[in-house]
Amino acid sequence: MTDKVNKMAHITASVYTSHVPAIGAALDLGKTQEPYWQPVFKGYEFSKQWMQDSKPDVIFLVYNDHATAFSLDLIPTFAIGTAASYQPADEGWGPRPVPVVQGHPELAAHIAQSVIQQDFDLTIVNKMDVDHGLTVPLSLMCGQPEAWPCPVIPFAVNVVQYPVPSGRRCFHLGQAIRKAVESFDADLKVQIWGTGGMSHQLQGPRAGLINKVFDHEFLDHLIADPEGLAAMPHIAYVREAGSEGIELVMWLIARGAMADIAGGAKPKVVHRFYHVPASNTAVGHLILENT
Amino acid sequence: MSLDKPYLDVPGTTIFDAEQSRKGYHLNQFCMSLMKAANRDRFKSDERAYLDEWPMSEAQKQAVLARDLNRCIALGGNIYFLAKIGATDGKSFQQMAGSMTGMSEEEYRAMMLAGGRSVEGNRVVGEDGDAQAHRQPQGQAQQCKDGVIAGSKATRQSMHAGQTPGLLHGARNDGQGE
Repeated sequence: MTDKVNKMAHITASVYTSHVPAIGAALDLGKTQEPYWQPVFKGYEFSKQWMQDSKPDVIFLVYNDHATAFSLDLIPTFAIGTAASYQPADEGWGPRPVPVVQGHPELAAHIAQSVIQQDFDLTIVNKMDVDHGLTVPLSLMCGQPEAWPCPVIPFAVNVVQYPVPSGRRCFHLGQAIRKAVESFDADLKVQIWGTGGMSHQLQGPRAGLINKVFDHEFLDHLIADPEGLAAMPHIAYVREAGSEGIELVMWLIARGAMADIAGGAKPKVVHRFYHVPASNTAVGHLILENT
Repeated sequence: MSLDKPYLDVPGTTIFDAEQSRKGYHLNQFCMSLMKAANRDRFKSDERAYLDEWPMSEAQKQAVLARDLNRCIALGGNIYFLAKIGATDGKSFQQMAGSMTGMSEEEYRAMMLAGGRSVEGNRVVGEDGDAQAHRQPQGQAQQCKDGVIAGSKATRQSMHAGQTPGLLHGARNDGQGE
C-alpha cells in the first residue's frame, strides 16, 4: 500500500497569495527596497527560502486572466493549460521581464481528463499567454531566477464576468483536482497555489475598499473551517471584500485539494502574512503543508 | 427576467455581469485592441478616428475621449479592459482606480497608505459611508462640486471622473507601479 502511494503524484502543500500587478512592476523596476514596498517583500522572504527547501516537481497554479488571454470573445469558467510553454503577456505596458513558463502537458492532460470525468466541464487551452495573475505569484515565491524552478500548470478561473463560480464549486473542484493528481502514475511532488485577493475594489466611487477584519477571518476560516467558508455566498465577498475581492474564491480550489478534506491529517501552517496596502489591494499570503 | 442580482444595492459599485458585458462588448474589445503597440500609436494619433472604427455607441466613445471611467463602466466597460486605456496613457492602476473616486492622486494614495477605504457605511446603499452617492465626489473635488450649477449631473460626473484635466493624460510612465 505504502509503496504504491509513494509512486503516485501527490500534493505536498498549498500556497495562497495575492497577485497585485504593481508588485510585479516594483520587482521588475528594482523598487523592492523602497519603504513602500519593503514590508511586502519582507513577508515573502520566508517563502522564497521555503520554496528552495521544499522544491516541488510541478506547480498547479490557480489564477485569473485579466482580459489578457481571454477577451470577451471567449469566457471560460475553468480553463486548464495543457501546453508545453506559456509566454509572459504584454498587458499594455510591455511583457514582464520574467522567464517563459514551462508547462507539464502530460500531467495537465491527465488532470483534464480526470476532472472532466468527475463532472467539472473544463476548457482545455493549448495556446495562451499568461499575465500578472500567474507571473506575480511566481516572482513573489521564487524571486528573479533565470528560469522558474519547475513546470507550471496554469489553471485560469473566470472571476471577471459575473456570475463567477461559487466558493462551494471551487472547493469541490479542488477535491477533484486532488483525486486527479493522485491517480497520475509518477512520483511527483505537486504544489497547488490559489492566488488573487485579498480585499480590494478597483472600480467606482467605492474603489480602494480594504477590510482587514474580513481578510483575517477569511484566513482563519480557510485554515480551520474551509468547508464552512466555502458556503459563503458571492454577495458577502462583494459587500465585505470589494468587487474584486471575489478573486478569493480561487483560494478555495487550492484548499479543497489538501489532504484533510479527503479525511487526512490537518495541514501545518508554515507561514502566514498580511499587509496593507500594495497599490489598491490588501496582500495576504499563507503556506499550508500536508503532514 | 427574474435573474438573481443581489449586488445591485452595493454603493459605488457596478458588477460586471452578463448584461453589462453585453452592453459593453465593443467598448471592451476596443480596449483589448490597445494591447498591441501599433494600435496604441494609431489611437493616440487620432483617438476619434480610431474609435469610429468600432461599433460603439456615441456615449461610449465620448466617455472614452473624456477618460470618464465611471461613465465607461456604467456603459458596460470592465475595469480590466479599461485598464488598457490607462496603460496607453501611461497610468498606473492606482491612478485609474483613484480617478473614479473624485479624489486627487495624492488623496487616494494617502487613503490607501492609511489602510484603505473603510467598509463601514459602505455595505448597502442608503448608509452614510464615503462611497455613497450623496457624498460624491470625494476629497477636494467636493469643493468644486459646490461651484457646479445645481442639478447639472453630467457636469458633476465629468468633474468627478477626471477631476483635474491632464491627470489622466499625465506623462509619468512607471508601468503598473506606484
